[in-house]
Amino acid sequence: MEVVDHYLYTKEHEWVSIEDSIATIGITDYAQEALGDITFVEFPGVGDEVEQFEEFASIESVKAANDIFAPISGKIIEVNTRLESDPGLINKSAFEKGWIAKVQMSDKEEASNLMTAEEYQKFLESIG
Amino acid sequence: MQLVFEKSVSGKRGYRNPASDVGHLASIPGKYQREQECGLPEVSELDVVRHFTLLSQQNFSVDTQFYPLGSCTMKYNPKFTERIAQMPEFAGLHPLLPQLKQGEKLAQGALEVLYEMEQLLCAITGMDNFTMQPLAGAHGELTGVMMMAAYHKAKGNKKKYIIIPDSAHGTNPATAAIAGYEIISVPSDKHGVMSLDELKKNLSDEVAGLMITCPDTHGIFHSQIDEIARLVHSVDGLMYYDGANLNAVLGRFRPGDVGFDVMHINLHKTFSTPHGGGGPGSGPVGVTKKLVPYLPVSRVIKRADGTCALNYDYPDSIGYIASFYGNFGIILRAYAYILLLGKEGLKETTDHAVLNANYIRGRLKDHFELAYDRLCMHEAVFSASRQAKRGVHALDIAKFLIDEGIHPPTVYFPLTVKESIMVEPTESESRQTIDHFIEVMLKIDELSKTQPEAVTDRPRSTPVSRPDEVKAARDVNTNYFGKG
Amino acid sequence: MASFIANTPADVEAMLKTIGVSSIDELFADIKRSHAPKSFNIPAGKSEFEVTGHIARLAAKNAAGLIPFIGGGYYDHFIPAAVTALISRGEFATAYTPYQPECSQGTLQALYEYQSAVCTLTGMEVTNASLYDGGTALYEAAMMAARLTGRHKIIMDGGVSPIYRKILKTYTSNLHYEFTETPVVHGQSDRGQIMKLLDNDTAAVILQNPNFFGAIDDHADIAAKAHEQGALVIQSIYPVALGLLKTPGEMDVDIVTGEGQSLGLPLNFGGPYLGIIATRKKFIRAMPGRIVGQTVDKNGKRCFVNTLQAREQHIRREKATSNICTNVSLCAVQSLIYMSLLGKEGLKELAQLNLDKAEFARREIEKVPGVAVKRSSPTFNEFTVVLPKDASRVVEAMIAKGFAAGFPLGQYYPGMENYMIVAVTEKRTKEEILAYVKSLKEILCN
Repeated sequence: MEVVDHYLYTKEHEWVSIEDSIATIGITDYAQEALGDITFVEFPGVGDEVEQFEEFASIESVKAANDIFAPISGKIIEVNTRLESDPGLINKSAFEKGWIAKVQMSDKEEASNLMTAEEYQKFLESIG
Repeated sequence: MQLVFEKSVSGKRGYRNPASDVGHLASIPGKYQREQECGLPEVSELDVVRHFTLLSQQNFSVDTQFYPLGSCTMKYNPKFTERIAQMPEFAGLHPLLPQLKQGEKLAQGALEVLYEMEQLLCAITGMDNFTMQPLAGAHGELTGVMMMAAYHKAKGNKKKYIIIPDSAHGTNPATAAIAGYEIISVPSDKHGVMSLDELKKNLSDEVAGLMITCPDTHGIFHSQIDEIARLVHSVDGLMYYDGANLNAVLGRFRPGDVGFDVMHINLHKTFSTPHGGGGPGSGPVGVTKKLVPYLPVSRVIKRADGTCALNYDYPDSIGYIASFYGNFGIILRAYAYILLLGKEGLKETTDHAVLNANYIRGRLKDHFELAYDRLCMHEAVFSASRQAKRGVHALDIAKFLIDEGIHPPTVYFPLTVKESIMVEPTESESRQTIDHFIEVMLKIDELSKTQPEAVTDRPRSTPVSRPDEVKAARDVNTNYFGKG
Repeated sequence: MASFIANTPADVEAMLKTIGVSSIDELFADIKRSHAPKSFNIPAGKSEFEVTGHIARLAAKNAAGLIPFIGGGYYDHFIPAAVTALISRGEFATAYTPYQPECSQGTLQALYEYQSAVCTLTGMEVTNASLYDGGTALYEAAMMAARLTGRHKIIMDGGVSPIYRKILKTYTSNLHYEFTETPVVHGQSDRGQIMKLLDNDTAAVILQNPNFFGAIDDHADIAAKAHEQGALVIQSIYPVALGLLKTPGEMDVDIVTGEGQSLGLPLNFGGPYLGIIATRKKFIRAMPGRIVGQTVDKNGKRCFVNTLQAREQHIRREKATSNICTNVSLCAVQSLIYMSLLGKEGLKELAQLNLDKAEFARREIEKVPGVAVKRSSPTFNEFTVVLPKDASRVVEAMIAKGFAAGFPLGQYYPGMENYMIVAVTEKRTKEEILAYVKSLKEILCN
């Protein structure tokens, strides 16, 4: 199961990549595999405020519809509109091209509530 | 096969309207007229007859195949009920007639059918009163939960939660959520029934009630169902019985006798009205005295002179959950079915439904892992996990059965069983039909060991195979006229 | 042995042996003796002959001979024999919901065609494979609008069926919605009131065309104003009228609902009926119910499947758009067969026929002394009649003459006790209409 080293992770299988105060968010390889072929992404609005661990988007596949929880609080500054015509990008490239939204972080300290790549890897092993 | 629109030829006509015997007297004023063409097809009556006859032949159905869909009770739909439903004195009866002054005189026969059905369903279930209004099982569930909410409101109870077993049908949590409750999901124990310990942990004064079916979706009857009722009542919670599995207990058990306060029945399951490819159904709701004041209006009453009428004078009623009195055409069919079978017939129905399911369980249990190794009721739940390890999944088994001319059982439900296969034969199937099904299942098991590729990549005999559901969801096309 | 039981006693014995029990009773071991039924007072079973006879006697207790001039959303239209013959086919009637697409292409393709027919009829982009009926469909549309806008205020036109309005009130009584009703002015929607109430807290404006009084309207202006405020417009329609009337699509309506009974379904004393809901493509995921979509199979062959199921109860469970599972699939297919038999010209002709018959009836009724027919707005096949006395008494007297003369409005519209709505379909002959008017005159002049 793919895990990217310098990202941070949540128990709900979201990843976040932080650069300065911009956080890029997506779902992990584990999540995309569990969902199956993704058919639709429901984005938050650009400009919306999101809170850490609150629902902010949802992802649909043929067999499931899952809520996605924000790994970090802040304001949505961009959403990946490519996913509108090609939601399968999340399956093909969950950690890179399949990113979902970018957030202007409001509280850098929140990153400490997240798991490191190593911790997430261990977490994946524990859930089997 | 071509769509009916693709068979359209400009100028062709099907059914001919009569000519006007009053002349041409009126026109819709220009600004209220439609300008956009209506694209209904232009085909002849023969075109229509061929088109739909051929389409129908692409369906599996109870009339043509063994259809052991668990949780659906696909029993034989008696044809005599169709003839009754088409009686013009019922089929042509306008629903507003009883709402006219003295209007109940115009629909006495229909009102009597409704009244008699309520009495029969009370006798079958042990409930004190019924409403025939809900138009499907899920509609009945919502009606029932709304009555529960009305009860609590009237008592000033502050209730927030409804407890539902994790094995429950999706309509249960969906209904509870729509009615404004939060769901507490309780797991099953190792015997396949809701865990009493987990239930006790989750019970509190904030619990409005419990929604459960018995037998549950594992096909198992909870032998402590009365204890569960006692526990839920101890916090002034209400017990809701999902009647989807009633075919397993006719004459053997009545929810009203062990403490259930409210329930629904699926007439299109237990009482054999045709499934229609997804409806129409009917979901009458029964209640004990506690909840009678909250029943929806109108209600059918019998007056001292023996005639029936509609009564709206129930100040605590939750109101109108449907436009009229229920899916009358469906209720009429179920009424005829119950009268035909009678007391002994209903009991035998359950006896044979349970016998047939246990026979399947007994003959397949050494080959397909049983979800719970114990007697089942009207449905047997297996797991295809052994076969899955060899590369043959529940889905493959389902598709292979199609090639053998058998409609697959329910697969991947309940969610609590991995690779689940839920088989409900019903009482209308003979041992010969069931033996054939068993032989095919045994063949599948054998092939999974020796030649798994013979089982995968199915079906091969149908006009289409393995539709691309991902494409259907990504490139949404639900309308021939291109916009959606 | 009861009807429909398939096993012989010999079969039973062999099966019990295989299971390893000695009697059927043993299979019910989990049901404690204390759970046994306290009673089971069902009468003894009867033969098909006896049951049919019993029910035929009940049928005779219904006033089937009354000539119906009553509508209120449910109309006595003629159903061609081919509709009944085709929909009675066991392969349609005894199939289940198409969860296994390979063995349900009949139902699935028919539902796709039905969806397409409804879209072209209403001028909308997407629809579903049916809801229970027109009333519950209106409720679902209101909830859909609330979900889409995140708002709680709903403006309800007083011309919307009072039966439907009652259903909406019942379902939303414990939820936080605010309903305001606007009156009807000269038969049509009161623009002044609606525009006054429309604000950026309005989720939807609910309208009906033709409305309960039979009046026709063009709601494009209301839709435009509503959209300025970010509110949605819901319109409840009468399918046969759309053979001639401006479509909700042409009015820029957002969600269409309706009762499909008039499309080839019998009156059936209240059901089963057909709930129509249609909307814009961009709202498709907010729309409840099953939806059939076109796709291809593994060999590239066109085929049909249930799609967007992730919204539905069996997947989304407590977060589903609705709890609906069983809908009225067979009724939808029935209406498709009817629409195919009539075709585009047939439906237009049928609508014209209804219009002409109603106009003839109107002119004749107007001649009866003391009776007025509302003409402040155009109507389709139903119109409002004002009588010189209590309409419910007049209707009662007309029953004795063999007519269901109309639907008195007093029980739903206080102050309108002398009003009734009269419906005239293509089934009403000139003779029937003249006989009706003659009887009405006799009753009123006594």
